[in-house]
Amino acid sequence: MSWSREEQARRAGAELKDGDIVNLGIGLPTEVANYVPRGIQVMFHSENGLLGMGPFPYEDELDPQIINAGKQTVTLAPGASLFDSALSFAMIRGGHVDVAILGGLEVAQNGDLANWMIPGKMVTGMGGAMDLAGGAKKTLVMQTHTSKTGESKLMDRLSLPPTALGCVNRVITELGVFDCCGDHFLCLELAPGVSREEAVARTKGELRFAG
Amino acid sequence: MNKVGTLEQALARVRDGSTIMMGGFGLCGIPENLVRALAQSGQKNLTIISNNAGVDSAGIGLLIKSGQVRKMISSYIGENKMLEARVISGEIDVELNPQGTLAERIRCGGAGIAAFFTPTGVGTLVAEGKEVREFDGRLYVMERALRAEVAFVKAYQADHHGNLVYRKTTRNFNPVMATAADFVVAEVEEIVPAGSLATENIVTPSVFVDMVIKGEQYEKRIEKRVYREKSGAGA
Repeated sequence: MSWSREEQARRAGAELKDGDIVNLGIGLPTEVANYVPRGIQVMFHSENGLLGMGPFPYEDELDPQIINAGKQTVTLAPGASLFDSALSFAMIRGGHVDVAILGGLEVAQNGDLANWMIPGKMVTGMGGAMDLAGGAKKTLVMQTHTSKTGESKLMDRLSLPPTALGCVNRVITELGVFDCCGDHFLCLELAPGVSREEAVARTKGELRFAG
Repeated sequence: MNKVGTLEQALARVRDGSTIMMGGFGLCGIPENLVRALAQSGQKNLTIISNNAGVDSAGIGLLIKSGQVRKMISSYIGENKMLEARVISGEIDVELNPQGTLAERIRCGGAGIAAFFTPTGVGTLVAEGKEVREFDGRLYVMERALRAEVAFVKAYQADHHGNLVYRKTTRNFNPVMATAADFVVAEVEEIVPAGSLATENIVTPSVFVDMVIKGEQYEKRIEKRVYREKSGAGA
């Protein structure tokens, strides 16, 4: 057994704290917006120029002029503000965004992240990922633990070109929650039914366990 | 002062080989009337500086399709499939920048700053061939300012002087691009007399704008139409 995508998103949501400014990457990280723990309030930042992103609109509210960084139609939450791209990235690089939750292709135990290109394939661009990975106070990565062919994506060192170095604090995969500790990953939690042996076998870096 | 011009006057500023900045994020906040007219104009070998490259059938995609683009300077071009073939064939060069670096290069280009040091890209392909320097124990890569001969930006309203206001998230790269080109054309939905915009709400002051044109036809295509059901299910 391991976590479903929804359970992974719920577990990532549990990382959020009241008052956090949060940027969600495209794909699975976007789902985390649905799992903000009860009783806390966070503000979602979208790097195209919106702080205070609300839920997706109802069909009769669709507005082509309100989109998120994934180009999806969204809404403005109460207290939202709008700004240009230069100011948006000043927020990101300037350390004003508390948490970035990004997708990953590979994470190394020293916190290096690869999520923007696979050599030999068409390269579509890094968008805001390099600024976000390095600029947020805390960077969480959500990804699968292994590739479709079973290769580990939690590595001793990256095999793909990096997005940013030493930036990832924590990785949430379908197997559990892992911190990047420099010369090893520290497993904080395993999904129900996942054994330590399985986690070790599917991790290419060194894996240690808390407690 | 009256800066109101026509599409034809705006396009006359573009020559073969021109470098043009175009505002917009995806298809949101793009100067769509100017882009459509440029796609009919025949100027070639253009370098386009824009965050994205549109989609195959809209925005900058029209210029890719018409074979007018020689080079794109962007941060993400994944939504334009046609571009891929033209990059592989060598017809179009692409220079990819981290999005924040692209925005800051343009900001600096408009602000008289020649270059800057950013931590973004250190240790990656982006830093190759660039100076890397340590400040207070952290590494930064030097990035150069970016300017263009012409900028096409999109705003909601302009007054006759060229003061601009924007709607919602259509702002994106438009205000910085308006500062960083030799000739700046603002395409707007409404042109109003000077004095009728709320002064506090003006985002781009008139000094940056050389010409204002009124866009006659807006599609405002939604790239990814996502909505939730009234029942509250789904999201």
